[in-house]
Amino acid sequence: MAAEIKIAQLVTKADYKSDQVVKWCAGCGDFAILSAVQSALAESQVRKEDVVFVSGIGCSSRFPYYINTYGFHGLHGRGAAIASGIKIANPKLDVWHITGDGDSMAIGGNHFIHLVRRNIDMNVILFNNKIYGLTKGQYSPTTPRGSITKSSPDGTIENPFKPGELVMGAQGTFFARVVDTEPKRMKEVFLEASKHRGTSVVEVLQNCVIFNNRIHNEITGKEVRDDHQIHLEHGKPMIFGKEKNKGLVLRDSRLDVVTIGKNGITEKDILIHDAHNPDDTTHYMLVRMTLPEYPVATGVIRFCECTGTYNAELELQIEKAKANPEVKSLQELIEKNSFLVE
Amino acid sequence: MLKKPNKVIEVDAVVVKFAGDSGDGMQLSGSQFSDTSAFAGNDLATFPDFPSEIRAPQGTVAGVSGFQLHIGHKEVDTPGDLADVLIALNPAALKANMKWVKNGATIIIDIDNFDNKYYKKAGYIEDPLGDGTVDGYNVVKAPISQLSKSTVKDLGLDAKSAERTKNQFALGMLYWLFNKDLKYGEEFIENKFGSKKPLLAEANKRVLRSGYNYAETVEALRTTYQINPIKDRKGLFRNITGNIATSWGLIAAAERAGLELYLGSYPITPATEILQELAKMKHFGVKTFQAEDEIAGINSSIGASFAGDLAVTTTSGPGLALKGEAIGLAVITELPLVIVDVQRGGPATGLPTKPEQADLMQALFGRNGESPCVVIAASTPANCFHYAFMAGKIALEHMTPVIMLTDGYLANGSELWNIPKIKDLPEIKPPFVKDNSDYQPYERNPETLVRSWALPGQEGMRHRIGGLEKEDITGNVSHNPLNHEKMVGLREEKVQRVVNCIPELKVSGEDRGDLLVVGWGGSYGALISAVKDCQAEGKKLSLAQFNYIKPMPKNTAEVFSRFSKIIVCELNMGQFANYLRMTFPEFKYLQHNKIQGLPFMISELKEKFNQILEA
Repeated sequence: MAAEIKIAQLVTKADYKSDQVVKWCAGCGDFAILSAVQSALAESQVRKEDVVFVSGIGCSSRFPYYINTYGFHGLHGRGAAIASGIKIANPKLDVWHITGDGDSMAIGGNHFIHLVRRNIDMNVILFNNKIYGLTKGQYSPTTPRGSITKSSPDGTIENPFKPGELVMGAQGTFFARVVDTEPKRMKEVFLEASKHRGTSVVEVLQNCVIFNNRIHNEITGKEVRDDHQIHLEHGKPMIFGKEKNKGLVLRDSRLDVVTIGKNGITEKDILIHDAHNPDDTTHYMLVRMTLPEYPVATGVIRFCECTGTYNAELELQIEKAKANPEVKSLQELIEKNSFLVE
Repeated sequence: MLKKPNKVIEVDAVVVKFAGDSGDGMQLSGSQFSDTSAFAGNDLATFPDFPSEIRAPQGTVAGVSGFQLHIGHKEVDTPGDLADVLIALNPAALKANMKWVKNGATIIIDIDNFDNKYYKKAGYIEDPLGDGTVDGYNVVKAPISQLSKSTVKDLGLDAKSAERTKNQFALGMLYWLFNKDLKYGEEFIENKFGSKKPLLAEANKRVLRSGYNYAETVEALRTTYQINPIKDRKGLFRNITGNIATSWGLIAAAERAGLELYLGSYPITPATEILQELAKMKHFGVKTFQAEDEIAGINSSIGASFAGDLAVTTTSGPGLALKGEAIGLAVITELPLVIVDVQRGGPATGLPTKPEQADLMQALFGRNGESPCVVIAASTPANCFHYAFMAGKIALEHMTPVIMLTDGYLANGSELWNIPKIKDLPEIKPPFVKDNSDYQPYERNPETLVRSWALPGQEGMRHRIGGLEKEDITGNVSHNPLNHEKMVGLREEKVQRVVNCIPELKVSGEDRGDLLVVGWGGSYGALISAVKDCQAEGKKLSLAQFNYIKPMPKNTAEVFSRFSKIIVCELNMGQFANYLRMTFPEFKYLQHNKIQGLPFMISELKEKFNQILEA
């Protein structure tokens, strides 16, 4: 069905720019994400005709119109299901699912957890601005408790989801978190996601300049980011802070922030990030870290290929069945238990 | 023992009903006797009738599972109104079925289960065998449980397995009563248990023979019946249910189109069997995806369709309601998609195991916006194959969602199917485009208005589609008022032009007359039987059964105009009648409706037709 894969011609970022006018608000974090994705694709040198972007509904979900690949703008919350069908039907395709905190955590929450549970090989970019933008400012499932929004004039009385917790709870094999103000890191994380076989979820802490401006400033602000973020890299110690002197240790089965050089702590005591560990206990703790007690974890928190992907296992089952078919043809099947009347 | 003399009477048709507890093997017995009758050359139609509970309390009326079988020397179109022979394995089975047996029918009961304990469970106050309930019937009180157990005593089966052979005993009695060859029954058992459970196979075969031998000695069964093979019928046949026929029709469509078949579905009664059947078909490249819900089922199918599979989703009424928004997405993206709705009684959860035709309006109009799609309906268990194939063909060639309506009655009922040659089925040619064409996603074939189909992976055709209104030709997002009106019109007109690819409406009977009986979908069997009976009495009436509902055949109005009166019969409150009133307001439509979760009875239809003809 799909044309045979040829040696990829040199693809540039410009190849991924569509002819459509981008209609996000000036200053929206989405622009930076789009640009980082285009750079990542160009760098990955995947065959551009094999790339498919699928989205649901929301500001972020207009994304497929702005990137020159095959694209499908679906229904609210259903992007994950549409993308699943595309990947299962043609596993050769490089499928990206674009979604937001309303699209994937509220109306599409069910599809999201089942996608992760099935581990279908695709990349999910979850634009988390903690607000409903396209409907103009209602609280979302990730809005902090107590927030005053158009639909919560007295403050929300709901506990917010952390997308990473849902990913871990659904036995996810890849989870990363990045902020929209760091294009280079975004691109690197997207590249990691595209390398990973299985459902790769990247949560982008994205700013909605109109309805929730500066919501992530405590994490992304220039002044605070070094102390309030810990950027995790596989195989490296979990060190952060302006002075690079803070780190994470495991104490009494929980993470603890320590200062190197104080209380006898040396760099050797600091945890080494093992994103590939099939055991997700530490990943789960990292995902849950919140201010002010902890820095917020960014980077690739979990990268594991410990279970097979749904699409590959299905292909395997089909190959096996074809190699040893119960009947040779449809004609033979329908003629089972038949009798000839003459 | 001396063989008693017996009399064999030839009959044209007979209706047998098996009834017992769910778990007594009534469905299996029914299938076994159906296959035997089919091999013996009889025509047949079957209908299983089971509760929605898996194992309702044993011995209660709620827990009765039934299977009705109509076998004939002549053409048989329905499972029959009333039974000639009832097998009732307990008092509840008798209670549940007494109103469905003919006067004077033979009733075979398992006397071992007819005691005070079971009378109470069934809701009888007194012994039904002594209180006049069965007066005038030919009641055979057979110690079925006891004799079954003693037949297998030396095989060392556990008590439960021994008890469960009793359905074979009752069946054995039927093989005697209808002069059927036991070898077919033994083959059926062999295929069912075969080499995997040789002990069970042996036990069941023994008990079958034991029932046969017992019947031979019973006074009340001295007269036996012979249903000769059907004449004027040639070819390769098999017995098939609607759900299996639907599954195979979809595989055939994919094969003729040269595509892989994809099913995204969520289990729902009475459609689940299609998912189960297709899940076994991986050797044909069939992919089944059991989704987390109905919505994911159809959306994944839309994705698979975008990627180039023949994509299908299967459901029943409640699921169709959940899929509505996504059907609209398939309408606006103009992607091929088959939606099979195996209808059941509604609203909400309604009557999950009972047939009804009340999803018609939902199929036609149950979506937001102007959202036209093709709607077709199968009318017999076997022709589900043809209409599933056609649903695939129309969807692929016209780039449109097609809703195929069947119902619980067609889905679980069975009849003989004249097996076609797959290679002789029509070709299916989706409107694919070649790599690097000057592709515009919404450029249309001027004749059919069908857009062309480029698949992800193809070179030089990257494009984006979605649920926002499309600009004509380019497919870019457009909020232009006139463009919207144009696109709405184009989508409707595209569906209407499918009319050029469907057959004209044919009536059964004379093409003019006093009364035209109009039906659609699964009511065909009862309607044709009633119409034929009335025709045989010299009445001037004909039947027009609709399989193509949107669009309707070109000659519909012309056919209607040749009859003095029109009556629309359907298992709902008049949905098709209202659709006809809206489409062809120039005619007057009488109605006959039934909303009991039951199919039409031939007798009630004849009564209604005669009433109108005599008025």
